[in-house]
Amino acid sequence: MMIKIPLTPTLSPGFGGEGWGEGVKRWCGLPSIFKILKKDRLPGLLERLVREKQVFAPMIKGEVILIREIDSPSQVILEYRNAKESPKSVLFPQRETLFRYRAEKGKTEVDVPTGAGKARVLFGIRPCDARGLLLLDKVFSGGCSDPYYMDKRNSTVVVSLACADPNPSCFCLSMGGGPCSAEGSDLLLLDLEDRYIAEAVTEKGAALLEDQAFEASDEKSLCLGEKTRKQAEASMQPAAKKENLEEELERLFNDPVWKDLAESCLGCGICTYLCPTCHCFDLCDESSGQAGERIRVWDSCQFPLFTQQASGFNPRPTAKERFRQRIMHKLSYLPKTQSMTGCVGCGRCVTECPVNLDIREVIVSLSKGNER
Amino acid sequence: MRGSTRVKQKMENFTTKEIRDVARKLLREKRVEVVIGFERGSLPLRRRPCFVRREEDADRLVWDGWCDNNLATYLPKRKEKAAIVAKGCDSRAVVELIKEKQVPRDQVLVIGVPCRGMLDRAQVEASVDRARMAQEGECPDFEETLRGKGFVHDCCKTCAHPNPVLYDVLVGELCPEKTQDAFADIEAFSAMKPEERWAYLSKEVEKCIRCYGCRNACPLCYCPECFVDASLPQWIGKSVDASDAMIFHLMRAYHLAGRCVACGACERACPVGVDIGKLNRMLLKEVKDLFGYEAGLGLDEKSPLATFRLDDPESFIVNP
Repeated sequence: MMIKIPLTPTLSPGFGGEGWGEGVKRWCGLPSIFKILKKDRLPGLLERLVREKQVFAPMIKGEVILIREIDSPSQVILEYRNAKESPKSVLFPQRETLFRYRAEKGKTEVDVPTGAGKARVLFGIRPCDARGLLLLDKVFSGGCSDPYYMDKRNSTVVVSLACADPNPSCFCLSMGGGPCSAEGSDLLLLDLEDRYIAEAVTEKGAALLEDQAFEASDEKSLCLGEKTRKQAEASMQPAAKKENLEEELERLFNDPVWKDLAESCLGCGICTYLCPTCHCFDLCDESSGQAGERIRVWDSCQFPLFTQQASGFNPRPTAKERFRQRIMHKLSYLPKTQSMTGCVGCGRCVTECPVNLDIREVIVSLSKGNER
Repeated sequence: MRGSTRVKQKMENFTTKEIRDVARKLLREKRVEVVIGFERGSLPLRRRPCFVRREEDADRLVWDGWCDNNLATYLPKRKEKAAIVAKGCDSRAVVELIKEKQVPRDQVLVIGVPCRGMLDRAQVEASVDRARMAQEGECPDFEETLRGKGFVHDCCKTCAHPNPVLYDVLVGELCPEKTQDAFADIEAFSAMKPEERWAYLSKEVEKCIRCYGCRNACPLCYCPECFVDASLPQWIGKSVDASDAMIFHLMRAYHLAGRCVACGACERACPVGVDIGKLNRMLLKEVKDLFGYEAGLGLDEKSPLATFRLDDPESFIVNP
């Protein structure tokens, strides 16, 4: 059964706060289906999924938690804050072969890898990251559809895990999402100690609910779920101010404020590489003798080479211009071209920036009416 | 410090006050245009670089066990005369930058601060109750005492030069110097078989996402064009291919041989926990053993790889 993912959802314009399920109804047009997943039934469910599909879930890799393909349910860690890297690499790998070529006896053979292979499940990712996939969907399907991304995306079911206890660096609520938002997910799990409430918001999610591990939901659990959601939202930092930010940013393009904001920036790519929505890439050929492959690799607007021109001229010569580009792209250009902010408030750039350059503070200081 | 580590967040501690006074004075007397120091960050247990240009902003400056960035990284190419708050390792980086003619001596004024080791956030976060830690954001008197040893960064545990080696103004009391670097970890690593060492490094480098956080946080990585960024010709591939990532780390380590001041900025910047220090410390030890040299200890000492002596050891040439 081929199910189309809605690709142009209407995102909540304000700062979240929609009733649970309500906001979801609006973005995919389906009423939510609720079921219960007892925690002791989870390994069984994962086992069945692993047998048929490629399952990507949070697991310990080295000393950090990353979303990687699992072989067994025992590897999955669901008691976690968030993965160090965003799950975008499952659909948009850091290095991806576009085609291979070989020249032999005056003949050139080109081999294009096609198809997504096995169906995929992104299991246990956080709601911010699931919502980030919506932006990637827009970028890779808008205008010219990208088969490499879309093949994988269309065969992927997203099962996210709501956040009951967000980090101090989390600000999804300020960016229009929420700790228990189902936007971008097919199925959302909400932890209620011995069980999860499973909320299917797409047909793909509903299909997954057919598994024997799920039981009928009850009013008591749903009430508890609603309470948990409210608590999670209330525990979050106050929303960053961002009234008229898009217009304000446009006006500020040549403002000296960027120099001050970017002064401590080291110019590394941590913020962009860990970001769930950053999607810029470079195309390179890697060849050896008569054969090779054309690959695409992640690139970062924070690197000088990103805009270096063949003439030697660089239109973004310093960290100031590059930092401005990152902020403008996320908060001004994408809202205009894709009707979606390029930031979902996961807070990775806030915690992982070696100099704690905090995008929330940048937003506040750039917003209209705030002192500068 | 021994036996327990105090995670103390009293903003008005003595060193902080002294640093603010010095900064105010320097700016008032127009001896510098900017003071580069630390301010409170946006998250609990975070401090971050700050640039103070007006006397009235000097109160932003703070000093405590979380000031772990190496601020010397902001000195090269700076046009204005700057004062810099410098721990032992920061001051050693300043010395190297002056020696390598990246920073004119008269363009930098070093506010030296003896360092008792910087705290490792990851370890402390794992030991402090989250709810208590959140208070740190609001409560200026937050104080928590952690029992046990070793809450400082690994590079601070092996540091032999906690005091600034070069300073124009000294703030605080000098710490007792240790006699020498402890290289037990490197000795253990060297004792491994070559294939084991290679396997270890390969596993570490496999984590690398090529974000260049290590390179950019490093005060001595200041090349106008890094070899990984060269496109005409392109020296190495841009992807996370194992051999490309390995070449990046090996080349970077070689470029820092005899120059690395062991501040650990690279390791702290790394978001995925690559053991970058292993390579750097390996070369630190080699240079020390071969040439009796440690980077950044004196302005008059010649860098071993920038000079030669007739009695330089040559065993690596004649006896590979």
